Amino acid sequence: MASLVIAEHDNAVLKDATAKTVSAAAQLGAPVHVLVAGYQCGPVAEAAARLPGVEKILIADAPAFAKMIAEPMEQLILGLAPGYDAILAPATTNGKNYMPRVAAKLNVPQVSEILAVESPDTFRRPIYAGNAIQTVQAPAGKKVITVRTTAFKPLEGVGSAPVEKIAAPADPGISKFVGEELSRSERPELTSAKIIISGGRGLQSGENFHLLEKIADKLHAALGASRAAVDAGFVPNDYQVGQTGKVVAPDLYIAVGISGAIQHLAGMKDSKVIAAINKDEEAPIFQIADYGLVADLFKAIPEMEQELTRLGY
Amino acid sequence: MKVLVPVKRVIDFNVKVRVKGDQTGVDLSNVKMSMNPFDEIAVEEALRLREKGKATEVIAVSIGPQAAQETIRTALAMGADRGILVKAEGDVEPLAVAKILKAICEEEKPGLVILGKQAIDDDSNQTGQMLAALLGWPQGTFAHKIELSDTAISVEREIDGGLQTVELKLPAVVTTDLRLNEPRYASLPNIMKAKKKPIAEKTPADYHVDATPRLKVVKVSEPPKRQAGVKVKTAAELIDRLKNEAGVI
Repeated sequence: MASLVIAEHDNAVLKDATAKTVSAAAQLGAPVHVLVAGYQCGPVAEAAARLPGVEKILIADAPAFAKMIAEPMEQLILGLAPGYDAILAPATTNGKNYMPRVAAKLNVPQVSEILAVESPDTFRRPIYAGNAIQTVQAPAGKKVITVRTTAFKPLEGVGSAPVEKIAAPADPGISKFVGEELSRSERPELTSAKIIISGGRGLQSGENFHLLEKIADKLHAALGASRAAVDAGFVPNDYQVGQTGKVVAPDLYIAVGISGAIQHLAGMKDSKVIAAINKDEEAPIFQIADYGLVADLFKAIPEMEQELTRLGY
Repeated sequence: MKVLVPVKRVIDFNVKVRVKGDQTGVDLSNVKMSMNPFDEIAVEEALRLREKGKATEVIAVSIGPQAAQETIRTALAMGADRGILVKAEGDVEPLAVAKILKAICEEEKPGLVILGKQAIDDDSNQTGQMLAALLGWPQGTFAHKIELSDTAISVEREIDGGLQTVELKLPAVVTTDLRLNEPRYASLPNIMKAKKKPIAEKTPADYHVDATPRLKVVKVSEPPKRQAGVKVKTAAELIDRLKNEAGVI
């Protein structure tokens, strides 16, 4: 039987997380179907149809799915479950929200945030915020899996899967979407950015984050922060990278004025290249940084900015 | 309205975990254990509801070894009214925990269950959602702010890229995110008082739940280690290395 991947999207744009989840699903060895659940989400289904490695797209288009609220999503996925051996979703806040409901109703244990597929029933996943890696074997029966998307690369190529409309089950009517407040920023989102520049307590104030913004603008980077900087009130919580914030793995992570508490390292140590600027040469961040600069950030950051300007960034 | 708060005993968040040499798990011997930080936030939120007159009783539940009683005592010292300890040795998976909690909910009939969004040991992030599904209740996960009325609860949730508000019919399940509140410290008099508060002792069998793990842990290993790289002398050299050596800018 096939594997079902639940698409991540905002009704207009198919998110990268979907292609990466398809890539994880493909490793299970069965044909992959993608479910696009949303409202007026036709363009997303078309984009999903072009993903490589996908045999079929299912589209469920109804107001109840507009914001992927967990309760109607559970009903929809449960209705499809008999036709699948495995159901996978990206470990986004959406996937984390609806998937355990599906697993519970199917009476199977969920395997959360897999980093690797060792075999069709055996997976690696982080525990203790990535300070240990657990290899687990799921029991026979259906697999319900969420995928740490930073650990998988999208498959290469372009596909052309047929799109099939499916009927939407009735909304259980116990929950409703009221509103949302999305951070409006010209900068990329933390979890999908290729470059992230993060500030810590060393920045000393919220205003000083402007220094980092200038670099971020030049490098098209997302702006992040350590928990210390968030707790000190320098920046809002959605900037937080770490065990209790967002887990990121960009191509380049620049840590500025961040000492490198375990809690922060847990959220960024899978970045491809790490650069750290800190005036304390004993700061633990230097133990994992590919490039370390021991310097006063209030001198080093303007110098970096000048250098980038000189190079035409 | 009763509020049920499940609390888990985990390795203290400040402790650096060590993987055992035989790769069977992490070393729990002589390690400081505490209440899961997200669960402390859950306890705090329940207490605030009681202080505002919206909840009548706060019940702390823990599923774990006898020592999990200490975790319940912590919740009682913070102000919870009574505890239920469901004794189970070894790992109890989120689905089994959810099944036990479901049975407790059927007995206690709380109007609201508040749980931490995840435990910082297995990082599963499943229990609250599973409990809600098994009960057929709605859920407000990763709560940033809640507002309770007589028949519904409004939950502002932390989602990727911002905040989302949902309205749920009661009874409901809420899971806490970091920003919901700042948990109080237990005062000494309250710690003393907590010793007299009742804790009922149960087993999974009392709730007709088989708590045997269903996922097989093949091994637990150290994550790949990162090596410290080079120290650069100037900001300009850093830019140069990032551009020409690492090729990331």
